[in-house]
Amino acid sequence: MRASRPIATTRSATGIPTGRLAVWWVLASEVVIFGGLLASYLMHRLGHPEWANAAAVTNTWIGAFNTLVLLSSSFTAVLAHQAAEHGDGKKAARFLLFTMIGAATFIGVKSFEWYHEISEGYTITSNGFWSFYYTAAGLHALHVIAGAVIMGFVARDAARGRELQRVELIGIYWHFVDAVWIFLFPLLYIAK
Amino acid sequence: MAQAAAPTHGPEDRAHAPHGPQGLLKYLWSTDHKVIAMQYLFTGMAMALVGGFMAYVFRMQGAFPGRSVPGFGVVTSGQYNALITNHGSIMIFWVAMPILIAAFGNYLIPLMIGADDMVFPRLNRLSYQLFLLSALVILASLVVEGGGFGGAWTAYPPLSTHPAYNLTPLGASLWIGAVALEFVAFLLGGINFITTLMNARAPGMKAYDIPMVCWMIVIASILFMLSVGPLIAGAVMLFLDQAVGTGFYDPARGGDPILWQHLFWFFGHPEVYVVLLPAVGIVLEIIATFARKKLFGYKLMLYTAVATGVLSFFVWAHHQFIAGIDPRMANIFTVTTLLISVPIAELIFVMIATLYGGSITLTTPMLWALSFIAEFMIGGVTGIYLGASGSDIYFHDTYFVLAHFHYTFFPIAIIGGFAAFTYWFPKMFGRMMNDRLGKIHFWGTVIPFNFIFIPLFITGIGGDQRRVFNYASFPGQAHLAPLRVMATVALLVMLAFQIFFFWNVIWGLRKGPKAGKNPWRSNTLEWTTDSPPPHGNWPVDEMPKVYRGPYEYGHPDRDDDYWPQNLPA
Repeated sequence: MRASRPIATTRSATGIPTGRLAVWWVLASEVVIFGGLLASYLMHRLGHPEWANAAAVTNTWIGAFNTLVLLSSSFTAVLAHQAAEHGDGKKAARFLLFTMIGAATFIGVKSFEWYHEISEGYTITSNGFWSFYYTAAGLHALHVIAGAVIMGFVARDAARGRELQRVELIGIYWHFVDAVWIFLFPLLYIAK
Repeated sequence: MAQAAAPTHGPEDRAHAPHGPQGLLKYLWSTDHKVIAMQYLFTGMAMALVGGFMAYVFRMQGAFPGRSVPGFGVVTSGQYNALITNHGSIMIFWVAMPILIAAFGNYLIPLMIGADDMVFPRLNRLSYQLFLLSALVILASLVVEGGGFGGAWTAYPPLSTHPAYNLTPLGASLWIGAVALEFVAFLLGGINFITTLMNARAPGMKAYDIPMVCWMIVIASILFMLSVGPLIAGAVMLFLDQAVGTGFYDPARGGDPILWQHLFWFFGHPEVYVVLLPAVGIVLEIIATFARKKLFGYKLMLYTAVATGVLSFFVWAHHQFIAGIDPRMANIFTVTTLLISVPIAELIFVMIATLYGGSITLTTPMLWALSFIAEFMIGGVTGIYLGASGSDIYFHDTYFVLAHFHYTFFPIAIIGGFAAFTYWFPKMFGRMMNDRLGKIHFWGTVIPFNFIFIPLFITGIGGDQRRVFNYASFPGQAHLAPLRVMATVALLVMLAFQIFFFWNVIWGLRKGPKAGKNPWRSNTLEWTTDSPPPHGNWPVDEMPKVYRGPYEYGHPDRDDDYWPQNLPA
């Protein structure tokens, strides 16, 4: 069932499309969620220099590889946006597919990494560092999965030439997921 | 939708033909902002009855410890903890927020800005459904094994994290779940409010033509959105501490219980302004209408609200003066806390200056609005003693804090709620309420309210700690017993007078005189359509245009003393 669109949805008093405006507000609310979590982590980390020993266990190279994957997936999201701007829904859907493959790779690598860490006995209850490690990266991974699923719906519509403006919106969200990882990577992997 | 496209409808009916399921299901699956507003309103009112009943039970226990409470029985200590915890949680998250922000935000924003609905109607519906689910979860938590969560509404660890301390393992987890769902519902709703106000305004409506109550609800939504994030992160950590066994808040394992207090109050203090600002907006609308005067200092008011919002992010640690924070830090937070009384005083002055020289009619909504000013000032002034760290160390966790809190939240949630309900009732249901019944209810609510909480200020100064199950265990405080009884009796009187409210609502719905489009001769756009407004609010070809600000009362060039926003010059 698809309700007919109200007049309100078609208006744009600010000149910014309503969908884009809403996505930016979603991101504003997300920024403070991750901001609160990372600020809590930083305060604890400064008070516990010994957490560096736990951080030394994390594999920087795997983290770096995942960073590369995620950044590349953001690049294809931009290409999808560009294609959508030119009205080429099929091409946009194809680029979004590449982004989703990137997301799947990211989650696959992360599962592999966590499997090894957990089997070596570093679990979420091991100490404060590992609690933050799994909580922050886990919350981020949930965002990656949710974003990829929504992207699937957007790509399906785009391939049929419908709702092309949504390609840009999911792209904005994807860059945000990317940006969160840019903060997580140095905080959890590089800072030993 | 098949029905919307049915050829029997004329072209102008088409967009406004009811779409979606019909019959009773219509109400659960409707995307109409007015239906969703009613759902929030009635759910909030039902939850208020639950919260009010809880207050009745634990006040009876406070005044007559150990005696069987009529309608409940003998209160055990565990039940007492669950009652006070859930009274606080329910009244804030399931009464004040849904009624003031969600119900009136949903009802008023599209109507007041001349739109036919919210910009995301289906998101709006999802927001209510999540909210309803959260209400069911918190109600369910009261009857699970072990009873409802008993760690106080602030949920400080380690009390909230360890079942061995709070004795309500399931209740505690359900409490977090319910609060989290409620937050998601209000984030969705808030995004909808903000984008609707930004983008869906009627042609001609500039930023300073927006009615104040819409601004206030939207500023409140932004405050909520920016403050709740850290608490969501904190709630995830609290849940992991409870369910998985992490040690985020456990100092023995490298965590810190004070972290929760910071995250909680970083949200908790802005939350006061999240519910205050909509109530202020409601009061401003009513005062301008019934004083027949232009709002004094529209822009000043708007900037004041924004300043209050910004400052509210820098005061949170005044809740933690006795939590062992650095005294130098306490000094800083004392200064910021006392600073916030400047915009709040400004806000009260704007209200009084609007009244000054006005031609005032004392209708029921106006009485509620005026009592808001008087009662909220008592709340504000007593707050100064708690904001100053020196006196707070003595007053902390006494009934003084409790009385101060209720002198702010009662005017906000209850007085503000009744003001809005009685003012917009003719628009919502098309009929007038009874003024005499309304005034009996008003005086029967406001006078007992003062007799509940002024005695509690005194018991607080006298050293009564809050959250005490049985005062019989404190013989040194026995001389304060008559005051506790007085507060409880006043509560009973106040609750009894609510019968007049329900009587009035039923009378109004069945026998009230027809209200017509604009019974209060007000300027804002919601009064230019039928009462109650049809689906779509206005016919498609008669969507309003705006030519002036919302408070042009008593303009010297006009015979009428009001000048609706949609009349061409």
